[in-house]
Amino acid sequence: MSATVPPIKPTEAKKTSSALGQALLVPILAVVTGLIIGAIVIVVSGASVAKAYGALFVGSFGNPLDFFAALKTLFASGDSAALIKAIYPFTESLVTATPYIFAGLSVAVGFRCGLFNIGAEGQFFVGALCSAFVGYSLQGLPMLIHLPLALLGGALGGGIWGMIPGYLKARFGAHEVVNTIMMNWIAFKLSDWLLNGPMKASGFRPVTPNIQASAELPRFFSDPLRFNLGFFLALLFAYLVYWFLFKTTLGFEIRSVGANPDAAKYAGMNIIKNFVLVMAISGGLAGLAGSAQVLGVDHWVGQGFSAGYGFDAIALALLGKSHPLGVVLAALLFGFLRSGATNMQSMAGIPIDIISIIQGLVIVFIAAPDIIRWLYRIRSLKAEETVLTRGWGK
Amino acid sequence: MTNALELQGITKRFPGVLANDQISITLREGKILALLGENGAGKTTLMNILYGLYKPDEGKILVRGKEVEIQNPNDAIANGIGMVHQHFMLVPVMTVTENVMLGVEPTKNGVFLDQEKVARRIREISEQYGLEVDPSAYIKDLPVGIQQRVEIIKVLYRQADILILDEPTAVLTPQEVEGLFKILETLIKKGKSIIFITHKLKEVLNAADDITVIRLGKVVGSIDPQEATPEKLATMMVGRDVNLVVDKQPAKPQAAALAVTDLAVRDENENLSVRGISFEVRKGEILGIAGVQGNGQTELVYALTGLLPVESGEIQLLGEPIHNATPRAILERGVAHVPEDRQRHGLILSFPIHDNLMLCTYYKKPFAHGVVLQEKAIFSNAEELVEQYDVRTPNIYVNVGTLSGGNQQKVIIAREFSRPIELLIASQPTRGLDVGSIEYIHKQIIKKRDEGTGVIVVSSELDEILALSDRIAVMYKGQIMDILDAKKANKEYLGLLMAGIHPSETSKN
Amino acid sequence: MKISTLANKTASEKRKQIAYGIVLLLAGFLIYLFFGRNVEAGVTTTFGLNIAGSQALKVPDLIVPAQTTVYMMMALVVFVGAFQLARGVRSTGLLLGILAFTFVFAFLTWAAQAKSFNLAGMLSSMLVRATPIALAALCGVISERSAVINIGTEGIMLISAQVAVVVGTLTKNLYAGLLAAILIGGVVAALHAVLVIRFKVDQIVSGVAINIFGAGITAFISSRFLQSGTNALNNSGSFPIISIPILSKIPILGPMLFENNIVVYLMALTVIAMHIVLFYTPWGLRTRAVGEHPKAADTLGVNIYLIRYVNVIVGGLIAGLGGAYFTIGSVGRFDEAMTAGKGFIGLAAMIFGKWNPFGAFSSSLLFGFADSLQVKLQILRIPIPSEFLLMAPYIITMIVLTGIIGRAIPPAADGQPYEK
Repeated sequence: MSATVPPIKPTEAKKTSSALGQALLVPILAVVTGLIIGAIVIVVSGASVAKAYGALFVGSFGNPLDFFAALKTLFASGDSAALIKAIYPFTESLVTATPYIFAGLSVAVGFRCGLFNIGAEGQFFVGALCSAFVGYSLQGLPMLIHLPLALLGGALGGGIWGMIPGYLKARFGAHEVVNTIMMNWIAFKLSDWLLNGPMKASGFRPVTPNIQASAELPRFFSDPLRFNLGFFLALLFAYLVYWFLFKTTLGFEIRSVGANPDAAKYAGMNIIKNFVLVMAISGGLAGLAGSAQVLGVDHWVGQGFSAGYGFDAIALALLGKSHPLGVVLAALLFGFLRSGATNMQSMAGIPIDIISIIQGLVIVFIAAPDIIRWLYRIRSLKAEETVLTRGWGK
Repeated sequence: MTNALELQGITKRFPGVLANDQISITLREGKILALLGENGAGKTTLMNILYGLYKPDEGKILVRGKEVEIQNPNDAIANGIGMVHQHFMLVPVMTVTENVMLGVEPTKNGVFLDQEKVARRIREISEQYGLEVDPSAYIKDLPVGIQQRVEIIKVLYRQADILILDEPTAVLTPQEVEGLFKILETLIKKGKSIIFITHKLKEVLNAADDITVIRLGKVVGSIDPQEATPEKLATMMVGRDVNLVVDKQPAKPQAAALAVTDLAVRDENENLSVRGISFEVRKGEILGIAGVQGNGQTELVYALTGLLPVESGEIQLLGEPIHNATPRAILERGVAHVPEDRQRHGLILSFPIHDNLMLCTYYKKPFAHGVVLQEKAIFSNAEELVEQYDVRTPNIYVNVGTLSGGNQQKVIIAREFSRPIELLIASQPTRGLDVGSIEYIHKQIIKKRDEGTGVIVVSSELDEILALSDRIAVMYKGQIMDILDAKKANKEYLGLLMAGIHPSETSKN
Repeated sequence: MKISTLANKTASEKRKQIAYGIVLLLAGFLIYLFFGRNVEAGVTTTFGLNIAGSQALKVPDLIVPAQTTVYMMMALVVFVGAFQLARGVRSTGLLLGILAFTFVFAFLTWAAQAKSFNLAGMLSSMLVRATPIALAALCGVISERSAVINIGTEGIMLISAQVAVVVGTLTKNLYAGLLAAILIGGVVAALHAVLVIRFKVDQIVSGVAINIFGAGITAFISSRFLQSGTNALNNSGSFPIISIPILSKIPILGPMLFENNIVVYLMALTVIAMHIVLFYTPWGLRTRAVGEHPKAADTLGVNIYLIRYVNVIVGGLIAGLGGAYFTIGSVGRFDEAMTAGKGFIGLAAMIFGKWNPFGAFSSSLLFGFADSLQVKLQILRIPIPSEFLLMAPYIITMIVLTGIIGRAIPPAADGQPYEK
């Protein structure tokens, strides 16, 4: 499998702006169409779309009226409580987007090397557990040491979880799609055991103890705002991944292996090394998604901790065309959607799973731009080939 | 007597290309029409239209004087047209019987395949036309020559009386070609009419009753074989005088560049493809490796370049062992490889030209400092090479996949020739290219030789081998039949070797 | 000629022979280490050969001395391992069979020492638990034989499972539920077919989208409509056991093979029917040709798209049947994500079964075995956390995919869209 999405080159900017428009048009229309079909599902299930999407909007951005009212209060009396309440939904969306950025990058890096990592879910979980372990078990360390260690733990845990299918693919040609799914289930069972046994906090619930304060990603506002350093860390990593993929020899190798493994081998590149390396990086990024969630938001891990991040990540990478910048934008979009959907569930009684439905549709539309072009009668500028798979490995 | 087949004013456009431009040809009943043209002249497109695989934009098709509409292969078959494709259309993991019956399966009780019935019919056809073949054999176990027979049987089984053979001799030894011509004679005697597509001049003169030449999608003209000469045909085919011989000085061989001893290699399916061969290539000479495709040449090259492991034996480059070294280690010692399948191995089609031009050296200065790529150096290198090797492209930023085959090959040549090399291995360097590119690439290869590089040219085109080589090795079933001086070689002799017959031991066969 | 100087066996074959020998010896050592040392002398293990309530004739249970049995298993595997190192056994299947048999039997003897283990019950539940896996695998076989990868089996089965229970509950007719499940499977597969054949969407991406969509829509419906206290939509009951007269009276085999519900029987019929269609009919010949060399089939006038559409949709119908197993074929209600990766395990079974119906079925039995073993072992309260036993099917899948146990070659055109 290979993702042959060409990088955005400075020179390509010379291409007509309509090409750029077209490049953005399909993803945007894909999301819009997904939302429209989502609306149909909501109507069919007997609820009000206006109410549902209204709740979705307020849940993700906050109510603008409240915001201005709060500003007025702030200037009038210096009381910031109302303002914090008003910006809560917006910051919460950014908080939700944080692990998405990491997870989306994880899948995108895999695509670039022709590997389809659909095990970000398991890697996320393992990363979170490792970070939590480092976070609560080490005590008395200064934050400057403890926090990086906790992050490193998550990256390593996820990295190892991703590396195993990478090695099996490289060495035996075992298809990573099935193996990463299997690793997911193994991760779930493992965590069941860990959370009920070795890592269980005292008490009845199968959860880990709270991490030490020194391992927490610092928050920028007082409770209940959970907006934290993790978001900027995610943006930093997006830049690092971009630089790594497009500006270094290692990235060049990875992209070469992804675009044409035979030619890469001919050029003296080590396919096995690259498969293992990429799956380790991919797993590590997914692990960091888990870390960011534990260290920045939850501060502990419980059963069912990762709610479909792995599958979301696939949608993000596809929507972002496996480009870090695209992934960040897609992650923000889904962060706002997910965050708003929680409000929609409580306010309008629409199950949050509606987002999964929309995601499934968005993936289809992105993968089949012809459908979108056909739906909206867009003339195709150029047949754009995106080869992602090559059968069962060999 | 009516004509068996007439095409009138066939035109076919592909995005950006006029593949066929008002082509009209006539096939007389019971005759062989040779359709001659260069690679890319539009012959195959024309035949695919005739066989219903493409739809023409204009023009009509007349079978025995009656206009017919051919929408798909079924229509072609119904009109008695059968096609033997250049790349055999056979399913390797199925038997001869299964391949022949595919699409027109007779059944028992209306449900189950009736294999016996088909096998009987195949035996009948075999006998009638002298096409011996075992109906229960699996295609993958059959040699190429026999596979071609199966293709012809497939056509005859469907009771075709107009046969189209697309480049049927490309994969055959000269002796097998003789055999094929005998079969064609038999077919003509039994009342069939044949269109024979080729780019090989001499075959045309041997076999055809009529010759039509196509160039750049247009009919250049028709000519009677009695009046035609190879030079005349070549000029018609290419549109200018063609130098059929490559200019070169005698070689000045020096010390050994490469020494191979008792080399054995297994292919990807673990079959022993190279069975203990030894040879030497000296600096400043070209060793041509001839042979029908699939006799171990590919595996030999892969072993030399590290793409396949060596089972046993030794490979020495300038006296240093390199067998089982990684492709990179071999590359760094100065081995350049122009691969047989340029799109599979040689290029990353979805990458821009500048990246393909540093595909093997991206990690070295000046392209990288540490792990950081240096775009300035990459771009200037590309600008230089594109200029120097005459790669026709709008700029260095377009994807290599958008270039023509000849220009793609030039990108590979530019990349491989521009770094310091001791040994050049060029596998099928001009396959599928137009004459202009062929001439250019041949010149470049000879230039490399004259600079003192050891050169191996692997080709299944005997003309190319004879034109380039200083010495010629012939491979057959994984072994080298003989290595001879190019001056003493001729086609007939090489042909025998390619068929596994050593002329000095003819008593054996 | 140089050919004769090269040994008959390739280096890799020799390496393989030695590797297998070492693995067998290692198994012997592990049997000693884990089981042999921990079995008390004089204790017996009882293997139950009867199932309560079944029609089969009663036979006496198998009671074996635990320690002796474990050591016998160890001796057997060590002997075969030594023989393999010295001479080499040609059939790897035989080797693996012996390896699996000795290890599992020694394990069971140890686990159930001084207790009773219902062997017949485990074998019987093996087939039942293999059923959805086999159906997922068969869906894969029929699609991929025509070169379309369908990785969306999991999603199709989830949707079908839910539709089965809802229709079954509403109509109060399980057969209507079954039919609806099968049909909706076909519909979803048809969607996949349109996406990958008409729109040439990447086949893996489309499959993943179907999985995500399937998980989403079933969870959505489940939490919006199926959670109500009355269970008005999610309480269909399940198919009764149909005993086949006479045959079901055979001890052990009777209850295993001939006392099952309709889904299991339909699965068996599908295996046989698919084998006949694939290898003895024109449709099968064309399907295989399209999967191996579509262009060849095209030049002979075979309609590639038709073959692919029909096969993918038939695969969907079969996966739909597999979905029905989860609800109306067993527990009678729908739970979110209840397929638990069975669709993916089915894909592994398909690969391990070399894209053949019977091969896929046999490998599904392997997974069914791991699954049922794990359930029975939990009852024995052995000192291994149940979570680790639950991992077994997933780990076995990964081992199978390495191809250490025989590599299979997929249809040559598998996964590639056809371009004229």
